[in-house]
Amino acid sequence: MEEVNKMEETPNNPSRRNFIKGVIAAGATVSSASYLFRTSAAGQTQTASAPGSVERLISLSVNGQERRVDVMKQETLAQTLRYKLGLTGTKLGCDRAECGACTVLIDDVPHYACSVLTHTVRTKKIVTIEGLASAEGTLHPVQQGVVDEQGFQCAFCMPGFVMSAVGYLKTNPNPTREQLAHGVSGNLCRCQDYDKILTALMKGAENMRGA
Amino acid sequence: MAVIRDMMPVFELFQPASIDEALNLLDAHRGDVWVLGGGMDSFDWLKDRTKRVSTVVDLSQVGELRGIKEANGGLEIGATTTLTEVVHHPVVREKFRILAEAAEMVASPQIRNQATLGGNVSQDTRCWYYRSGWSCYRAGGNICYADTPTAINREHAILQQDRCVAVSPSDTAPALIALDAEFVIRSTGGERVVKAEEYFLGPQIDITHMTVLRPGELLTAIRIPATWANAQFYWEKVRDRNVWDFPLVNVASAMKLSGTTISDVRIAVGAVAARPLRLTAVEAATKGKPRTEETASAAGELAIQGATPLRYNAYKIPLMRNLVKRAIRGNAQATT
Repeated sequence: MEEVNKMEETPNNPSRRNFIKGVIAAGATVSSASYLFRTSAAGQTQTASAPGSVERLISLSVNGQERRVDVMKQETLAQTLRYKLGLTGTKLGCDRAECGACTVLIDDVPHYACSVLTHTVRTKKIVTIEGLASAEGTLHPVQQGVVDEQGFQCAFCMPGFVMSAVGYLKTNPNPTREQLAHGVSGNLCRCQDYDKILTALMKGAENMRGA
Repeated sequence: MAVIRDMMPVFELFQPASIDEALNLLDAHRGDVWVLGGGMDSFDWLKDRTKRVSTVVDLSQVGELRGIKEANGGLEIGATTTLTEVVHHPVVREKFRILAEAAEMVASPQIRNQATLGGNVSQDTRCWYYRSGWSCYRAGGNICYADTPTAINREHAILQQDRCVAVSPSDTAPALIALDAEFVIRSTGGERVVKAEEYFLGPQIDITHMTVLRPGELLTAIRIPATWANAQFYWEKVRDRNVWDFPLVNVASAMKLSGTTISDVRIAVGAVAARPLRLTAVEAATKGKPRTEETASAAGELAIQGATPLRYNAYKIPLMRNLVKRAIRGNAQATT
């Protein structure tokens, strides 16, 4: 008769241990979510009937892939890329459109991902630093230029610089050093390594023309 | 999960597909709604929590608000057309060059790729006391922190100070005033059109708003008439850094010459007062005069009449004088 007294772990009859685990996990999720996202259930309710209202579950075209992702209304593209899609190559520096570390291409045009609402780019093609190299791992010519010339010191700003340069070179494939400097003038380097960066990006432009 | 930096406080988001839908949303949420264009001004306010809103109406999906059309020899530029699109538009470059030059000097490439022309003229002032959330006059309080004995006010106003000494930060606004542009404003009640120089408000008229836009209204387009196409233009912006920076002073002029005589002229200066100033006295004094060094010098002196410096911005007075002088004199190529 001992078997009869044994607790059976069925959905209707959870063990005490699992119940406590569940409570802790749920509590941690709720509290961290409110801390990290400063959100509330009330603010995220769906009002799908009103014209112009927005659905949270959307598809994003990122680096040639369709990614389904749950996006809050106030979420920026940099946050979605880094924290929802795991694309941490896009850096957050200032989060105020003042440093360029978060630069990505939206329909081939460089934008600060920290200052784009993810919901505004539902229909666009997004390319991040992770999407530059080919599937078999061959670096993009601009990335190769950076490797060839060892263009960066700490390289935190590097993904942003490379994305800016790739975007600019689409509009002007054969720039002078001065023109390229103007093209990537929306990016800052805290190491003050601008001269080497420009040399590397010029090398990248040359690689692109050769490719 | 990694630490998320600076998630904006929650808001309800609407993405209307047409102007009418947008106007209905502005009406339905009147009093607590934020209009989002490119967002380059908006996100700072929301991230810093100096302004809070419960509803945001994002204009990015309204196709009819974006694009440049030729109309009656001039142009009609949709309010959410990006500055990069303005800079590269062939007719803007060919006929209304100062607008392209002004738009190209705004902020950085990435910002120009996203910032809109409507947003550039409607953006809020950059006074850092106000933007840091101090309860100054402009924020509805009863003091100006930028005009106290210890205030840092190097970037502030030298003209038309009235309690508030913040300045208009727009680069395209003086160019649009010089081009005699018109701003088209719509609401569910209909449409009104205001002259560029009348779109902007000083603190003596309304200390908490920069423009004549009222709740429920939307700036939908900017019309540039054919009147000043291919005129003699002058644009100059003085700033501390070549990228990102707002103007210390900027100037735009459009001029028509018969021989060497100035037959007609429009000139506007930005970042010296809470609104971009059209210098009507300078226009009246130079019309009919020869375009010479003397006329230009007199125009410069006239422009700074009544200018009063704060503690750290006296340099703006000679700067404005010299920019107005150059804008009347033109550069060497323009005068020949």
